[in-house]
Amino acid sequence: MPCVSADGKPTESGRKIIAALKAGNTSAEDISTGSGMPLYRVRSGLREMVEAGLVAENDGSHTLTEQGLAAV
Amino acid sequence: MEEQMEQVVSMPKLGEKAPEFEAPTTHGTLKMSDFKGSWVVLFSHPADFTPVCTTEFMGFAQLEPEFRKRGVELIGLSVDSITSHIAWARNIEEKAGVKITFPIIADLNKEVSAKFGMVHPGQSKTETVRCTFIIDPDQVIRLILYYPLTTGRNMDEILRCIDALQTADKNKVATPANWRPGDMVIVPPPKTQEAAEERLKEGFECVDWYFCKRKL
Repeated sequence: MPCVSADGKPTESGRKIIAALKAGNTSAEDISTGSGMPLYRVRSGLREMVEAGLVAENDGSHTLTEQGLAAV
Repeated sequence: MEEQMEQVVSMPKLGEKAPEFEAPTTHGTLKMSDFKGSWVVLFSHPADFTPVCTTEFMGFAQLEPEFRKRGVELIGLSVDSITSHIAWARNIEEKAGVKITFPIIADLNKEVSAKFGMVHPGQSKTETVRCTFIIDPDQVIRLILYYPLTTGRNMDEILRCIDALQTADKNKVATPANWRPGDMVIVPPPKTQEAAEERLKEGFECVDWYFCKRKL
């Protein structure tokens, strides 16, 4: 379930991850718990969202970028 | 004299780290390391839209809640394309009412199947055989099953193996033949003469000093 569509916008899975990030979760583990998505999907989704510029990653901690905030 | 070249299949062994991969799947691009922290059943099948594989996929999908209860993620694999996987999964849902919710790797270039030794030229030079790898949360390969093209797997046995591995890890015991959850487990044999003499006084159910069982 890719988290970013071809036009660079978050898909339903992507929006779940963004909602979990906005709720204050920063690690993949916490985002998995917060979103109810399996950990492997959160990890691959975050990777994809970092590549798309929606999320920034620093030492395992994730935050929404301005582009990510604007996408929701 | 004509020199015969024999193709050697590289196969990972029990106790080794599962090879890392990055592969396209029906759930997007996934890496082996994305599954760190979960038990994994990675299984290959020969081809989409074939009858034995369809029964296996239905079997895995129907038991997925049981796998999930045990902290296990399922990953399917064949050398078919993503489009084929999606069409097949939709067909299974339409014809049999069974939804496939786990990711399926599209290993068109056979990169992942080569790392896991899933193509056995004696069976087929182009398709993967029915391999099952049980991988623990540290990404160590704990159990491997290989079935030929003609023989569908037994999902209850795979679930039983996971129960046995998790029970052994948690309780530092072994499990006897045909063990099922709730059955007695085997106490590891003593490693010294003194421990062997003590063993029979420890209240276990013993056939002899080296063969003792206990309840959990």
